[in-house]
Amino acid sequence: MDFLNAFVALANFVLVPALAYGSQLALGALGVTLIYAILRFSNFAHGDTMAWGTMCAVLATWGLQAAGVSLGPLPTALLAIPVGIAGAAVLVLATDRVVYHFYRAQKAKPVILVIVSMGIMFVYNGLTRFIIGPDDQNFADGERFLISARDFKAMTGLDEGLAIKTTQALTVVVALITVALLFWFLNRTRTGKSMRAYSDNEDLALLSGINPERVVTVTWLIVAALATIAGVLYGLDKSFKPFTYFQLLLPIFAAAIVGGIGNPLGAIAGGFVIAFSEVGITYAWKKVLGYMMPESLEPDGLVQLLSTDYKFAVSFVILVIVLLFRPTGLFKGQTI
Amino acid sequence: MTRTFGLFALVAALILGTGFLQSWNSALIILNMGLVSAIMALGVNLQWGLAGLFNVGVMGFVAVGGLAVVLVSMAPVPEAWEAGGPRVLGALLFGIAVVVAAVLAWKKLGAGLRGWAVAAITVAGFFAYRALLDPAVDAIEAVNPAATGYLGGLGLPVLLAWPIGGVMAAGVAWAIGKTALGLRSDYLAIATLGIAEIIIAVLKNEDWLARGVKNVIGLPRPVPYEIDLQADPGFVETAGSLGLDATTASTLAVKLGYSLLFAVVLIILLILAQLALKSPWGRMMRAIRDNEVSAEAMGKDVTRRHLQIFVLGCALCGMAGAMMTTLDGQLTPGTYQPLRYTFLIWVMVIVGGSGNNLGAVLGGFLIWFLWVQVEPMGQFAMNLITSGMAEGSWLKGHLQDSVQHMRLLTMGVILLLVLRFAPRGLLPEK
Repeated sequence: MDFLNAFVALANFVLVPALAYGSQLALGALGVTLIYAILRFSNFAHGDTMAWGTMCAVLATWGLQAAGVSLGPLPTALLAIPVGIAGAAVLVLATDRVVYHFYRAQKAKPVILVIVSMGIMFVYNGLTRFIIGPDDQNFADGERFLISARDFKAMTGLDEGLAIKTTQALTVVVALITVALLFWFLNRTRTGKSMRAYSDNEDLALLSGINPERVVTVTWLIVAALATIAGVLYGLDKSFKPFTYFQLLLPIFAAAIVGGIGNPLGAIAGGFVIAFSEVGITYAWKKVLGYMMPESLEPDGLVQLLSTDYKFAVSFVILVIVLLFRPTGLFKGQTI
Repeated sequence: MTRTFGLFALVAALILGTGFLQSWNSALIILNMGLVSAIMALGVNLQWGLAGLFNVGVMGFVAVGGLAVVLVSMAPVPEAWEAGGPRVLGALLFGIAVVVAAVLAWKKLGAGLRGWAVAAITVAGFFAYRALLDPAVDAIEAVNPAATGYLGGLGLPVLLAWPIGGVMAAGVAWAIGKTALGLRSDYLAIATLGIAEIIIAVLKNEDWLARGVKNVIGLPRPVPYEIDLQADPGFVETAGSLGLDATTASTLAVKLGYSLLFAVVLIILLILAQLALKSPWGRMMRAIRDNEVSAEAMGKDVTRRHLQIFVLGCALCGMAGAMMTTLDGQLTPGTYQPLRYTFLIWVMVIVGGSGNNLGAVLGGFLIWFLWVQVEPMGQFAMNLITSGMAEGSWLKGHLQDSVQHMRLLTMGVILLLVLRFAPRGLLPEK
C-alpha cells in the first residue's frame, strides 16, 4: 500500500507534470532543430514566434467565446489553433521574405544569422506586447480536471490523490498526433524527403532539382505550426505571458542541443530529459521518501535538491555536461 | 576621421538638445547611463569585435558587478556574522573543494573508473554542502529580516567596488570560460545565456548574500547628497549667482559629479582598449578571429587567448555594472532583464561598429539615447495618428497605452536596418 501511495504521489507531482512539460518542450525544440537543419542557424526568435502564434490563438479564442462557441469539456482554444498557425505562418514567411532571404542569397555566416534573429526577436517581442500587452492572459476554459484528486482517492481508496488536468492529457495527445504527422511527412512524402535531402547535402539536393526556396517555405510553415501548437499547449497548461515565452528559449535550446541539434528524434528525447530533470530536481521528495522508507529513517527536511527558482540551472547543467562529454548530443545531430 | 567626429558631434547635439528642449536633469540622466552603456559596449566589443566570441550573458556579469557594490560598500552586520558568517564561508570553501576534487579525479583516474568516481564525489559533495550551508543560511536570514537578514559588506569606500566588481566578474568569467569556451559559437551563446539567468537566480534567491528580491537600498555614494549641498551656504550662493535655485542646482551637481567620475573611467578604459587594439596582442587577436586554423598553425594558443579576452571583456561589463548600481544607489535583482542588459548592449555594438572601440562607445551613447527617447517620440507620433479617432474609443486607448512597447520594436528595426545596409556598423573597423 505504501508503495502504491508513493508511486501515486510521484506520478501526481513529478511524472504527469513533467510529461506535459516535456511534450511542450519537445514541440518547441522540434521547431528549433528544423530551422537549424534546413536554414543552418540557431533561431533566437523562436520563443517569441511561439508567443506571437499563441497570441493569435488567444485572440481567436476570445472571439469564439464571445460568439458562444464551445467545445464542451475541451478548451475552446483547440478550435483557435489553426488561426494561430495561420497568424504565425504569415509573420514568419513575411520575415523570411524581407529579412532572411537576403542573407541566404549572400550565403552569410551562421553567426550573422543568429544576430539577425536577435533583431527579429526584438521586433516580435515588441509586436506581441504592442497588441496584447505584457500581462498574464487567461484563455483556458472547459473542464478543468480529467480526474481530480478527490475522485481518485474515492475510486482507489489510497491516501494519495492523482489529479490529471484536462490540459495535461490534451498536451500529451496533441503532441503525439503532431509528432506522428511530422514524422510521416518527413519520411513518407515527396516534400519531406526533399527537405531531408536538402538538410543532408545542400549542393547535391540542388543538383537533383530540389527547389531550395520551396524547402525553406515549407520549413517555415512547419515551424510556425509547431511553435503555435507548443505555445498554445503551454499557455493552456500554465498561462500566457509574453515574457515567459521568451524565457522558454533556454530550456528549448537545451532540449534541442542535448538531443543533438538538427535531429528531430533527439529534440523529443531532449525535451523529456530536460523536463524530467527540471521537475525532479526542484521537487520536494519528502512525501515520496516518507512512504518508501521505514519510519525511523524518514527525512526531516523537504529533501528538495534545489529551489524551484533554479530550474534554469538544471537545464543549463545538463546542457553543459552533454556538450562537454558528448558534443553531438544524445542522438547524432546536424541532419534530419 | 571626419565621420567619427561628425557622429560624436551628433550624439553630443542630441544630448544637449535634450537639455535645452526637455530639461538638463534628463540630459544628465541620459549622459550618465550612456557613459555606463559605453563601457559595457566596450567590453562586448572586445569579445565580439576583436576575438569573435559570442557572449550573450552580459546581464550576468553586469549583475555580478552590482553585487560587488553591496559586498564592498555596505556596513557589515555583526549579528549576522556571529550567527553564521564563518559557517557560510566554510560551506562555500567546501563546495569549491568538491569541484576541485571532482576535476582532479577526472584528470588523474583511469578511463573505466573516473565516471563513477566523479559522480560519487559530486553527489555526496552536494548533499554535504547543503547540510553545511542550509543551517548557516537560516541563522543569518533570521537576524532582523525586515532590515538586514544578510551578512552585509565590508564597509569600504564605494569607489573601490568598481575595480572589485570588474575582478569579481572576471573570476566568474574565468570559471565559465574554462568550461564553455571552445564550444561552437552558437553553443557558447546558449551557454552564456544560461549562465546569466543562473547568476540572476542566485542573486534573487540567496538572501544571505544581498537580501535577494528584498533589495539592498541606500548604498553609499561617491558624491555628496543633495540635502547636504542645499544646507551648504557656499553652494547655495554659487547656485544663486548662476541663476538656479538650490534644489535644482543640487540635483544637477550630484549628477554632474557622477558624469565626471564615469567619464574619467571611460576615457582610461578607452585609451587602454585602443592601445590593446593596436598592439601586437591586438593584431594576434584579430588574426585568430579571422582564421583560427592558420593562427593555430602559427603556434598561437587559441583557447588560452580566447579565455584571456573573454575574462577581460567580462571584467569591463562587471565594472560598468558596479558603476550602474552605484548610480542607482540600490541593488534590485528583479529588474535585470536579458533584453535590456544583454541584447540591447549587442545592438549598441553592432550599430556602432564591431571591431572599432570608438564605434562601440558611439553605439552605447546613441542607442541609449534612442532607448530613452523613443517613448516620448512614440507618444507624440501616436497622438498624431490617433488625433482623428473618436475620444474614448477602444482603439485609441489601446494604441496610446501601448506606446511603451514601441522601444523594443524600434531597437529591433534599427538592428535589422544596420545589419542590412551597413553591416559593419556606423564606424566600421579600419
